[in-house]
Amino acid sequence: MSAHGKPYVREVSRYGWFFRSPRYLRYMAREVTCVFIGLHALLLIVALMRLSDGREAWEGFLVNLTSPAGVVLQLLILAFAVYHSTSWFNVTPKAMPVLIGENFLPGAVIIGAHYAGWVVASVAVLFLAGVF
Amino acid sequence: MSERIVELEVLRFNPETDSEPRFQRYSVPCMNEWVVLDALNHVKEAIDPTLSYRWSCHMAVCGSCGMMINGEPKLACKAFLREYEGVIRVEPLAHFPIQRDLVTVIDDFVTKLKRVKPYLIPKEDKLVEAGEFKQSPAELKRYKQYTLCINCMLCYAACPEYGLVPKFIGPAAISLAHRYNEDSRDGGREERQQEIASNEGVWECSFVGACSEVCPEHVDPAGALQQVKIKSTVDWYQEHLLPGSKK
Repeated sequence: MSAHGKPYVREVSRYGWFFRSPRYLRYMAREVTCVFIGLHALLLIVALMRLSDGREAWEGFLVNLTSPAGVVLQLLILAFAVYHSTSWFNVTPKAMPVLIGENFLPGAVIIGAHYAGWVVASVAVLFLAGVF
Repeated sequence: MSERIVELEVLRFNPETDSEPRFQRYSVPCMNEWVVLDALNHVKEAIDPTLSYRWSCHMAVCGSCGMMINGEPKLACKAFLREYEGVIRVEPLAHFPIQRDLVTVIDDFVTKLKRVKPYLIPKEDKLVEAGEFKQSPAELKRYKQYTLCINCMLCYAACPEYGLVPKFIGPAAISLAHRYNEDSRDGGREERQQEIASNEGVWECSFVGACSEVCPEHVDPAGALQQVKIKSTVDWYQEHLLPGSKK
């Protein structure tokens, strides 16, 4: 590779590299918050299991869910799930540019469409749940 | 034309005498409108002629003077001294071996660039007399952004994936492959896919997005890589769910 001595290779630490820059921390925040999406999925599975165990089990589950600890857990899950989802919405224009004629659709429109889809899906779920 | 003394802390490494790099401090009288490259040139001319670094155009076109300035990958010719306070730490581009001082060994990038065939592979041979390959403004727009890459390798220095997994083909090379794949005159996508849709290609990317943030030409390599991922996924489904369909 070189006639003038051996090049020096700087080792990259496998751990803690994400503290080197705020942009790496933002990335890790986006990735790590997926755990809370998983937690919510787990919560739904447990809910289904309790439901299949009969009325008593289901009502016990509801009591746990509405206890202070249950509410705090759900609020935490909601906050992190919103952060996770919106951080992905915000990078969608990079992955899905839309060329119309000779111009790209502004990123805000693509991000906005995702938020709109989210609202529509939420309204549909609330409708199915009998809220309206 | 005001002048101030700027303290530069430059990483030095002489492969003939040093076992590891060390920092050397220089006090450089600088003009307010100077960039870091001007300060390095002053050091080389008036203080220490042994300092080694690459540069050529001094106008963010050649892509030679990429280095870490206060830990950020930057072109030294675009990093204005007035934007920094205190000691300015100058190091060679991260993730590349150090040849000498601020000069890195870039063979790995050059090899990867060759692998992705960053040139037009025409769909069909055409005689010169048959005329030019025509392209509409909309067809040009699809890939024009990616033609702006100057191969400065700042994106490789910013990419933690490349730092941790050096076999990753990396942002600039894959973006350039995408540039030719998106060109309406090109027919070389199949050949490039073998490189960029492999494990060493886009699937090593986890979309940190740092490459796009540091790109001095606003190429947006992160966008290019995600688009390659989506297109490669569509390929896979076409191949497995619709066998016989042509990509």
